[in-house]
Amino acid sequence: MSETVNSPASAGPKNPAANDATEARSHMRRSARERRDRIAALAYPIGMMAALVVIWEAAARLFLIPPFLLPAPSAIAQAMGANTAVLLKNSVGTTLEIVLGFALSVAVGVPLALAIFLWKPFARAVYPVLVSSQAVPKVAIAPLFLVWFGFGLLPKVLIAFLIAFFPVVINTAVGLAAIEREKIYLAQSMGFGPAATFFKIQLPNALPSIFAGLKISITLAVVGAVVGEFVGGQGGLGYLLLIANGNMDTALLFAGIVALTVLGVVLFALIGLVERLVLPPHAVEHTSFARESM
Amino acid sequence: MSTAADDVEAYLRVENLSKIYATRDGHVRALDEISFTQRRGEFLCHVGPSGCGKSTLLMIAAGLIAPTSGAVRAGGRGVNRPRTDIGIVFQNPVLLEWRTALGNIMLQAEARKMERKDAQSRARKLLAAVGLGGFEDKYPHELSGGMRQRVSICRALIHNPDHLLMDEPFGALDALTRDQLVFDLQALVSEQRMTVLFITHSITEAVFLSDRVIVMTPRPGRIDRIIDIKLPRPRTLAIRATPEFAEYSRQILDLFLARGVLREH
Repeated sequence: MSETVNSPASAGPKNPAANDATEARSHMRRSARERRDRIAALAYPIGMMAALVVIWEAAARLFLIPPFLLPAPSAIAQAMGANTAVLLKNSVGTTLEIVLGFALSVAVGVPLALAIFLWKPFARAVYPVLVSSQAVPKVAIAPLFLVWFGFGLLPKVLIAFLIAFFPVVINTAVGLAAIEREKIYLAQSMGFGPAATFFKIQLPNALPSIFAGLKISITLAVVGAVVGEFVGGQGGLGYLLLIANGNMDTALLFAGIVALTVLGVVLFALIGLVERLVLPPHAVEHTSFARESM
Repeated sequence: MSTAADDVEAYLRVENLSKIYATRDGHVRALDEISFTQRRGEFLCHVGPSGCGKSTLLMIAAGLIAPTSGAVRAGGRGVNRPRTDIGIVFQNPVLLEWRTALGNIMLQAEARKMERKDAQSRARKLLAAVGLGGFEDKYPHELSGGMRQRVSICRALIHNPDHLLMDEPFGALDALTRDQLVFDLQALVSEQRMTVLFITHSITEAVFLSDRVIVMTPRPGRIDRIIDIKLPRPRTLAIRATPEFAEYSRQILDLFLARGVLREH
């Protein structure tokens, strides 16, 4: 207590926020530093990638690596240029499968998570089954879907959904559950009913976690769509990979992989964009694509 | 012991309140037969060591936690569900991270369907009163701990509540910020003689702010003594150096020493 008894007038009765203003300024400096760090976080890996491509190109030329084993980046670029129309045409189908599979994941995953959050008996019954069902290798189910749903769009969408929906459920349920008790107390003291509490406090509180789930989900949906096309494709980038493989056209194979990667990055970035629009800047989790897609 | 006149005067009446928590190691009695009343316009402080159940007491008084036995009446009505006639401040600011300082205060206004324009200008005035003019549009992560707690105090005051409940609101702050907020709080609540129930473990805070201080015993929390603080208002820094202030502090310290809360070796 002695430290509070003689608190000096230098606390600044004229400007009580002086201390805080200094803190806020130092915070601004800190965020400028964070911005620089973020640019560096982007510049270094890009530089690294560029270096790798150069080494790859040099190695392919110097050591005369057979193109059917490992084509040079320039050869891959050439294959992409020559097959632009084919790549684009097949991208459309794959994108459709990914987006529909992802949309289905959200449409099923979010309500399922809500039910788990709001209804305890349902959570007790469903949650353990849901978690343990993830031990089933979903890729192994793909042929079964072929038997059930044929060769069209549907089995690919369903496989994408099957692989992608779990993180949506888990992240939404965990995000909703992770709330300080005081926030609920606060809502009660304000006279908020259950609905207002949910929409004004619980749901926005869970949004960062939900978006983290959506980002994982979209990358998994890409995997799901490709697996679907591998098993029973008549088109799409996955199917193109199989064809290129059969023709020993390794450059086209790589071109397909590049196309799929670009597709995945673009879709991931779109989710990130929506997240940025919905959430205030600080709440967006700075998670790297690489970590999330693991 | 309660007379009719007493009933009119008493805003909060707590009778034979006990709270027992069931834990793995059996039952823990957090509060034991607590009875007290608070007059309208009174600043009443509970001071006690950690774990004496004083925060639980405040939560029960707010209707947020149910007591094991006993009763709470507030404004003439029995409390058996969360009270909405209150403003509440927790030890942590409990701000919504996705709302600005102003937006956080406006949450209270939205909940109570206050007229938006009026509420906003009132919120701005409150922010200015606690030295946060110009910080209306900052998000919580852009504010320091003391600033956040000031926002949460503004949020608890915007609707002019009948009863302000504060649970160790300055416990997580440094000494200097605490002092400033104690002054800010005094200025905010004395204006309209607000009824304040204040929980703290700081003797200085309790003596400085209160009309009466209820000293609690260590677990299980019982009322040790109720001390009237007859210091003139408004209270200033100078009052903390007076012998009277020291005497009140000494009284409370002696109670803590007698209960073994403090040891002088």
